[in-house]
Amino acid sequence: MEMRSSLAHARGLGPAKSGGTAHWWTQRLSAMALLPLMLWFVISVLGLVGADYAAFVDWISEPGNTLLMVLTVVCVFYHSEQGLHVVIDDYVHGEVAKLGALIAIKAFSYIGGIASLLAIFRVAFGS
Amino acid sequence: MAKESTPGVASSRPLSPHLQIYNPQITSVLSILHRIMGVAMSVGSVLLVYWLSAAAYGPGAFATAQGFFGSVFGQLILLGLTFSLFYHLANGIRHLIWDIGLGFEMPMLRATGIVVVIIAFGLTTLTWVVAYMRAGLI
Repeated sequence: MEMRSSLAHARGLGPAKSGGTAHWWTQRLSAMALLPLMLWFVISVLGLVGADYAAFVDWISEPGNTLLMVLTVVCVFYHSEQGLHVVIDDYVHGEVAKLGALIAIKAFSYIGGIASLLAIFRVAFGS
Repeated sequence: MAKESTPGVASSRPLSPHLQIYNPQITSVLSILHRIMGVAMSVGSVLLVYWLSAAAYGPGAFATAQGFFGSVFGQLILLGLTFSLFYHLANGIRHLIWDIGLGFEMPMLRATGIVVVIIAFGLTTLTWVVAYMRAGLI
């Protein structure tokens, strides 16, 4: 006869393994941060339609724009990684494939995010 | 309680949706679109990296990037990303409202779904009209 409770079987398994609540909560926090940031980003890009390099440098060098662009990039890649993580949890079932996919999106997000930040700093602070 | 399944006899237990005969509803279609648009934007985020990196490389690379985004192909991608953004953003607000426990009645679910689609098309159109006006094309 099985003496272990159902909870003992479930604990530590499943997609979340641990930190599931934190993942859920921070995904919503980054979503809320992105609501104003993405609206600001779209309006800013509209302001840059047809802009040449000098106009772009002027725009991103403004301290407020530098800050908002950094925040946007951080939240975009953070939220993107969290969303892709959930999609992989739901649709990729083999352990090896799942692990590989999770490593790939982590790498993609960190490389993309850090490359973007370095580019912002380089342009905003002068090379 | 449903009885144990017998080989060759159809089970009375509820089944997962059979996608071949599934009758789509606005709720399920908007739900999967939310994910598809999210994944599309994640893929599209390489363009954000490209745009910013091109600026870091200098005026020549930045002009090339601006030229790509202004091309027909570039504009089509940006149009798709614009719609994805506004759809995911509006439907994301819908999700956040669900997260505080509101809006689950079926008439309300359908109504907010329709509002999300209208907002997505409306803001996408507005954005592109402004973009074309700023480019001096209209």
